[in-house]
Amino acid sequence: MSTDPNVVIGTSQRRAGGLARVLGRQQFVGDIALERMLHVKLVHLDCGHARILSIDTNAAAAVRGVVSILTSADLPHPMPRFGPVHDDRPILAVEETKYHGQPVAAVAAETKEGAEAAADLVRVEYEALRGVYTVASALDPESPLVQAPELRSDDPLRHTNVLRELKYGWGEVEAAKADLVVENSYAFPMVTHFAIEPHAFIAAPNDDGGVVIWTATQNPFQMQRIIARVLGLPLARVRVISPDPGGAFGGKQHPKYEPLVAFLALKTGRPVRLLLTLEETFQEVRRTSCEIHVRTGFQADGTISFQDIQSDFLLGAYADVAERVVAKSNYLACGPYRVPNARIAVRALLSHTTPSTAFRGFGTPQVSWAHESQLDDAARRLGMDRVEIRLRNLARKGEAFVPGDTPCDGDWAESVRKAAAAIGWGSPVAAGRGRGLAVAIKASATTGASYSIVRLHWDGSATVLAGTSDMGQGARTVLAQVAAHELGIPIDSINVVMGDTATVPFDLQTSASRSTVFMGQAVARACQDINGQLELIAADLGLDAKVGVVELLRARFSEVRGEVIGVGSYRSEYQPGHPLGGRPSFYEFTCTASEVEVDQGTGEILLVRHVTVADVGKALNPQHVEMQDEGAAVMGLGHTLMEHMLLDDSGRIRNLGALDYRIPTTKDLPLEMHSLVVENADGPGPYGSKGAGEGGLMATAPAVASAVTEATGVVIRDLPLTPERVWRALQEGAARLA
Amino acid sequence: MSSTPIRVTVNGVERELEVAPNATLLDFVRDRLQLTGTKECCDLGECGACTVLVDGRAVNSCLMLAVEADTRDVTTIEGLVENGRPNALQDAFLDKGAVQCGFCIPGQVMAAQYLLRRNPHPTLAEVREGLSGNLCRCGGYVQICEAVLAASEAAT
Repeated sequence: MSTDPNVVIGTSQRRAGGLARVLGRQQFVGDIALERMLHVKLVHLDCGHARILSIDTNAAAAVRGVVSILTSADLPHPMPRFGPVHDDRPILAVEETKYHGQPVAAVAAETKEGAEAAADLVRVEYEALRGVYTVASALDPESPLVQAPELRSDDPLRHTNVLRELKYGWGEVEAAKADLVVENSYAFPMVTHFAIEPHAFIAAPNDDGGVVIWTATQNPFQMQRIIARVLGLPLARVRVISPDPGGAFGGKQHPKYEPLVAFLALKTGRPVRLLLTLEETFQEVRRTSCEIHVRTGFQADGTISFQDIQSDFLLGAYADVAERVVAKSNYLACGPYRVPNARIAVRALLSHTTPSTAFRGFGTPQVSWAHESQLDDAARRLGMDRVEIRLRNLARKGEAFVPGDTPCDGDWAESVRKAAAAIGWGSPVAAGRGRGLAVAIKASATTGASYSIVRLHWDGSATVLAGTSDMGQGARTVLAQVAAHELGIPIDSINVVMGDTATVPFDLQTSASRSTVFMGQAVARACQDINGQLELIAADLGLDAKVGVVELLRARFSEVRGEVIGVGSYRSEYQPGHPLGGRPSFYEFTCTASEVEVDQGTGEILLVRHVTVADVGKALNPQHVEMQDEGAAVMGLGHTLMEHMLLDDSGRIRNLGALDYRIPTTKDLPLEMHSLVVENADGPGPYGSKGAGEGGLMATAPAVASAVTEATGVVIRDLPLTPERVWRALQEGAARLA
Repeated sequence: MSSTPIRVTVNGVERELEVAPNATLLDFVRDRLQLTGTKECCDLGECGACTVLVDGRAVNSCLMLAVEADTRDVTTIEGLVENGRPNALQDAFLDKGAVQCGFCIPGQVMAAQYLLRRNPHPTLAEVREGLSGNLCRCGGYVQICEAVLAASEAAT
């Protein structure tokens, strides 16, 4: 902590909202109970893809306290559909269920117990249908179509399960000369967000004919737009209140059951609340799984001469934002390297599975798993050091490593050297142990806009209005720091108000680690607007502006009182013709290094030491950066070591819930963890900052896998590195040698 | 379903109430007493978000029936507050940056409270063991463990 109370930037200010959280007073959506509120329970089938033959609600309707049972027959025809990019997701399943857990009906009752009892009594007759659950099946012309072609009437691919084919590239891969070509396939599993707060939704009719929605969304303004469209209401009649999410990680970015509860609230004329179980939440959101096939050409000195990448990303039954995940991550599928020739071909495939969506890293952990493992493979074959091969190929600051796009905006080699030093790279490794190091890069926000209003009150305190969602990253704290610094007032006198479309001005969304840059600049500009007004006030009154904010306000407003209102915005405009709609505002660059010990008898991996380095430009709040970066690293250990959703032949998720789907606990932590930063004030955010918070998990898998290879000699290209998978690889390796 | 009368002390206040025989202690504190600081996540006793103290011992309130709390003393996160202020352990959570989204935090604090009662001066390994039943998806474990150790040191 800084000893100078006037220095608020670059110091570890306590988390705004932290006190309410440790006292148990923080109100999450599920903690809100409204007068006359009904409880909702969903009805779903124990099957992936099925044709609904009939739904009998008579027995359910007879349960005491049941007020309404909604099926697709009670909703408008044609069924309203919605989504962040494609309007493909229905409010309830129509004719068919497209994935395990898709609701076919919803019961609203006076009590939670009544709703649960009635939901059990809804009789659904259905016929299980053949489903598409894998990449191979999605590409099989004999497979059923996941989406009806009418939903994508202008799409030439509508008679296939390919939602989109994307191609990026430069140079001439075929003509590129290489001394070594490394060719491999990599797989990344389905994993789920597992926010500790299961998804929760409340809707209530408004006296003005509109509706109010309470949902822990990262994106209240998109929610408002979609609810307004589905219900046929103007934006001003839809109010979205988004209490701070209890963890989101991308899973709470886009609408799920908000339209459903909105219809139920309007139908019953009463507030309704739907709390999903953790199991139901698993069925709603997941990371996009993929299979990546890649050929990489190298010169004898380790210089990359080409990348030839073909990938298939398996989306769920509805597109959600997954097409964007695929597009954005694969745009940088060659990583942060100077690659003279590149060919990237990727397909986004629909399947009868949980819709995949945004998830911390937004596709980067998947693509880095491939490009980093390729570099390790080449280093082994060329007899090169694994750090050296990376330093040889890393783009240098100012270099347009994707031709024509935002050039390298950091000293990335500095991060690599820092991580290598922290892990003790080059020093002898103990027997049975190994070290690995990997990098990854993510394109930050491309287009987008953030607005802020700052109200400087007559007593010298201030209210900051910002549409950002504080979901654990600490945006409220950082925005308060920016305002305190700009206005020159104590951070304790600032209140940051978020999460209500009727109160705060527009923000695109809380995603892509964009808020510190976009909203941070909007808040800074709103404060600068106030400072400009204060100068005019001082001149008017014949006072020196340096007299102090409180004195100036007192002199200006006297007994009648008033306030000075500042407005600020930060926009990045749409760029027609750009493959992503706009150039990345900045890159989130990470380097991870890990030292592991592998138990040859069980295949268990012990993490001895784990280091992450984040290039953040400027750490506005070092403690918050560390919390986020280490937290991301722990999450990355999940998909690296233990997490994967398992489907059976009928598309059912077999490991739903906390008992069968394991995420890291305190006992899975590395013995030592270190989170370091690189600060060169070279970001577009306030004081040279860049976004942070996703990096820590973007290179975990290749770093740990590389360490496992050094420790054991075996190479594994599928995740997660469970003891069973490692043990089998060890047995196969031993068999080959024998 | 019939109701069963229970007499239970919650955060120092004795209450006599009728509860459904199948209601969990978690439902009881959240829905009946509106003590929503105790959180619901997995409902299987795996995540620890619903941890409360019963007669001083940490319990997953989703795995205990409300009727089993009859005649017993229950402390929820709301009961730790001292003169309207956080106690030393809660303050250490804030100081060490252990609080991110905060949804798991009441459960973490209650589990840590129990750990420190049993073992006032735990080692890091003992803290990791003692909190291994409390999931944090923000991954704030390092800071959570630091907070528990700091609270332990401050108590000497």
